[in-house]
Amino acid sequence: MTWRVHVRILPRAGLLDPQGQAVEHALSALHFPEASNVHVGKAIALDVAAASAAEAEAKVRTMCDRLLANPVTEDYEIAVESGART
Amino acid sequence: MMRVAVVRFPGSNCEPEACRAVERAGGEAFYVWHRDTSLAGADAVILPGGFSYGDYLRSGAIARMSPIMDAIRAHAAAGAPVLGICNGFQILCEAGLLPGALARNAGLKYLSRPVDVRVERTETPFTSDYRPGEVIRLPVGHGEGRFVAPEALLDQLEAEGRVVLRYSDSAGTDVPANPNGSARAIAAVCNAAGNVVGMMPHPERLAERVLGSDAGHRVFSSLTTYMISEPHGA
Repeated sequence: MTWRVHVRILPRAGLLDPQGQAVEHALSALHFPEASNVHVGKAIALDVAAASAAEAEAKVRTMCDRLLANPVTEDYEIAVESGART
Repeated sequence: MMRVAVVRFPGSNCEPEACRAVERAGGEAFYVWHRDTSLAGADAVILPGGFSYGDYLRSGAIARMSPIMDAIRAHAAAGAPVLGICNGFQILCEAGLLPGALARNAGLKYLSRPVDVRVERTETPFTSDYRPGEVIRLPVGHGEGRFVAPEALLDQLEAEGRVVLRYSDSAGTDVPANPNGSARAIAAVCNAAGNVVGMMPHPERLAERVLGSDAGHRVFSSLTTYMISEPHGA
C-alpha cells in the first residue's frame, strides 16, 4: 500500500528564527497585530510504500532523523493522510 | 612532498584558490571528484566552499551523501587532517564529523565581507603557524553561517578547547563583532582529536600579498609544518 505523508519542519523551539521574526514584523507593518510567534519552516510531501499508516510514519521518522531534518536546528512533525492511496 | 586532495562537489567554489594556497605553502594539490571513492593517497583533504547541490534541503545535507564521504570519514578516523571551508564546514557538520550546525545568519543577509577572527586554538594542523590570541582578517561569504549547538555541547567545546577561531573586532573583543549571530561567536571548531577543522572564513581567498594580505596563508603553511613534524599518509 502507498500512503501520502506530510512532514512539517520548523526551526527548533527556542532557537533564534530570523526569518520568522522578519515575517512577524512584516505582518505587524500590515496591521495584523494579532499575529505573534511566527515561524518559517518547510514542508515535504512524499508517497511511502508501507503495510500500514503506522509503518509509513515510522519509516518517515527514520528519514527525518537521517536526512530530512537536522536535529540540532530543526523540529519536525509527521502526518499520514488517512486511507491508503493504492 | 605533502599531497592534498581538494574535493569538488557540484557547486563548489574557490577550489583553484585552495590548490594554489596549498602549492604556495609547498604542497602538491589535486582535485578529487565527489563521486570518486578514493582520496588517491592524499595526506590531507580540503572540502572547499560553495553551494554544493544548490544548498537543497539544507547546506551540505545532500553533499554529505556523496560517495567520496566514506573515504573522508576513514581519513578523519585515521587522524589525518581534514579542513572544511564554509560550505565544506557545513558538509562536515551534516556528516557528523564536526559538532553543531550552521543556521541562517541572524541578520538574514548574505554576508560577503572581511571579518576579524581571533585564533583560539593553535594545536591543529591548520592553525599551528598562528600565535595564540592573534587576530586575523579574513573574508567570509555565506548566508548560513550562524553556528548553533545545544548549550551543553557549547560548554563542552569550550572546556575541551575546541573553538579554533572566534569572531572578534580588530582589538580581539568578540561581543560586538559577531557578524552572523553564531553561538559564542564561534567561527571555527575542531573534532575531539583536533585533526578535523571547519571554518566559515575563506583563508584561501586571502593567501598572498598581491591581494593586499596573506592572512590566510598560514592555514596552509601550518599544514606543511604539521606534515613535516607528524607524517601521516597512505
